[in-house]
Amino acid sequence: MSHPNEVRPYRYSLSEKLYLPLFQGMWITLRHFVKNLVRRKPEYTIEYPEERRQYSHRFRGHHILTTRPDGSLRCVACFLCATNCPAECIHIEAGEHPDVNIEKYPVVYDIDMLRCVFCGYCVDACPEDAIIMSNNYDMAFFNRAQSIVSKEDLQKPYTVDPSVLGYRPSYPEEDAMRARLREGVVDLVEEARRRHEASPEPPKAAAG
Amino acid sequence: MAPTVTVPTPLPEKFPEGTVVEQEGMDQPTWVVQREVLKDLALELRDGPETQFDLMLDLCGTDYPERDQRFEAVYHLYSLPRGERLRLKVPVTEDVPTLPSLIDVWKACDWFEREAWDMFGLRFDGHPNLRRILTHEAFQGHPLRKDYDPARRWILTEDKIYRPHPQPPEGEDDDDIFERMTINIGPSHPAMHGTFRVVATLDGETIVASEVEIGYLHRCFEKMAETHTWQQVIPYTDRLNYCSSFINNVAYCKTVETMLGIEAPPRAVWARTILSEFSRIMDHCVANGSTLVDAGALTNFWYMFQPREEIYGLLEACSGARLTVSYGRIGGLSADLPPDFEARCRRLLEIIPPFIDDVDGLIAKNRIWLDRSVGVAAISGEEAVNWGWTGPCLRASGVGYDVRKAHPYDLYDTVDWEVPIFHGGDVHDRYRVRMAEIRQSLSIIRQLLDRGMPEGPVIVDDPHIALPSKEACYNQMESMIYHFKLIMDGIQVPPGERYSMVEGANGELGFYIVSDGGGKPYRVKVRPPCFPMMSTFSRLIEGGTVSDAVVSLGGLNVIAGELER
Repeated sequence: MSHPNEVRPYRYSLSEKLYLPLFQGMWITLRHFVKNLVRRKPEYTIEYPEERRQYSHRFRGHHILTTRPDGSLRCVACFLCATNCPAECIHIEAGEHPDVNIEKYPVVYDIDMLRCVFCGYCVDACPEDAIIMSNNYDMAFFNRAQSIVSKEDLQKPYTVDPSVLGYRPSYPEEDAMRARLREGVVDLVEEARRRHEASPEPPKAAAG
Repeated sequence: MAPTVTVPTPLPEKFPEGTVVEQEGMDQPTWVVQREVLKDLALELRDGPETQFDLMLDLCGTDYPERDQRFEAVYHLYSLPRGERLRLKVPVTEDVPTLPSLIDVWKACDWFEREAWDMFGLRFDGHPNLRRILTHEAFQGHPLRKDYDPARRWILTEDKIYRPHPQPPEGEDDDDIFERMTINIGPSHPAMHGTFRVVATLDGETIVASEVEIGYLHRCFEKMAETHTWQQVIPYTDRLNYCSSFINNVAYCKTVETMLGIEAPPRAVWARTILSEFSRIMDHCVANGSTLVDAGALTNFWYMFQPREEIYGLLEACSGARLTVSYGRIGGLSADLPPDFEARCRRLLEIIPPFIDDVDGLIAKNRIWLDRSVGVAAISGEEAVNWGWTGPCLRASGVGYDVRKAHPYDLYDTVDWEVPIFHGGDVHDRYRVRMAEIRQSLSIIRQLLDRGMPEGPVIVDDPHIALPSKEACYNQMESMIYHFKLIMDGIQVPPGERYSMVEGANGELGFYIVSDGGGKPYRVKVRPPCFPMMSTFSRLIEGGTVSDAVVSLGGLNVIAGELER
């Protein structure tokens, strides 16, 4: 057999036997200590919830059901999102829409947020641009009943603020535009801190 | 690689005509073996100078209810010296689902045989401890059989469970001053990364015998894969090795792509290689960081986790999620790379090395760490191969097997890099291998970035595989129909079976997939790299102290999501 059948452990050098490299390590920690001491703010810490990490506009957060200009849901209850959902967390009951051109609408549209794995497959599947995802990631519930979000909650305040929008069908122009805004601020932590310093008021938490 | 292993002709006399038959038209050499000759054949294959199949990669069951011999045990073998693969299929009937245990030939069979018993009810004669491994002791039936309803639920109570009694070797405790004590380490213990349970019998502080219990995180990945469409399996693969979820995406997608006979476009392949390497860096950072924490070196944990945090930012900008990225798709990637992808990668290449250097400066020559790690949980290369090890831990034992070098995929054969090898086989060398691999990965990424991002789409332009763009879907009738067909019926993968592998962050990550031509996989088996390593854990920690056991678990980098699927 060609494999080594014994081990050759590491051999200590003289300086290692004398614990000398420990001082090199202490120098490294001392360097970091001094750096952090003179710095006004810790380098890598985000002071959540006052500060928040800026996520990209592809972030897959809480879902949004979009609406038509008249305020009605775009969803036509075609069940593609529920079919494509790997976690089987979408429950739809369809009803007949008074407008014959639209035909169907969801009477019930529930997403079980505790089952949802936030994979974005529902957004991929939607042929109507009716479900997209927001940037909102903090969802907390007091009980399981609250975790099932109805269509009223899903369309609530999100659509008004485009800055909290997350994953949705990609629009290349918008991609490029947002990347330009981000140019030079690849370091998201740095950017978050700059914003924080510019406005001492804590930014309002994303709705939800 | 052309299949070169043929059934030896003439067959040795002990294998009568018809007991070993080559199956034609497979992706790799496949022999159908009768169980009577399995053990002799296995010995022959392991020791024969022309075969040398020293590595037992994977053993799984498959179920074909319409056949006379309903079950098949499928062995995947690999020959490290010759770089060849071989698949053995052993058909058995439902009435007598017994096979000889191959635990004497390859020790790796130990847990794999228990898994096949648990999932399919295959009995292995001669196995010393054929118990359930992934499901609960009180579970009834064998869940991966086709007639087992995926929605079936059991109420599992604690009254009938097996209680481990690790038996120390006889006759050694006569003149001992300590009383023996049996303790639980885990399942909920901060040192057990994930939920494992080790029941250890101690003599003073030395572990004299131990038993490992796993299965607390079993999530029926393989059964769930059979009830979902090909594309829907991808979010499930994220949760295998969740420290480097993108590599799992790639491994699964590549396997299905080869079954479909398609190739991802160059831009997707380029991005897959870069992001896989970033994921590997992340995984190694977690492994080394948590090992060092277990040894008491907490500072390194912070230094190691910052690069990981930054890489998560890159993955999130690409895919929309930090941990469970689901970025791969069959045929390419789910979305185009963000326009600032290259700038972000370059920035990461700048900020990662200082962290790695700091940790090396603190640790590499630090005698406190050396005393904690040199010689701890040491295993020789030969033994590690017999236990089925792959990946960084095997390379720390002096065996330089890396799928990226041995069977290059994606762009690995076009870049210049080395496979780091160390010979200590202990926790210290596992640490050193990972550190060296992080540097190699950075070099791979740098070379690929210098080459420039290929233009073009990131997913194949085939309406039977990839969803049409949203724009086309909204405006063209034909695209709309394809869109509906793909989501309602899924991709139609031609019948056949395939084993393909990538180098995961802790070893060879293989997918063995059987398709019956439908919109859902017929059988998906993951070859989890840490499963064989964890099966060695008892052997590794015996003779050491409890604190050594904690450090060795960190050094193995066992990820529960992948171990228990």
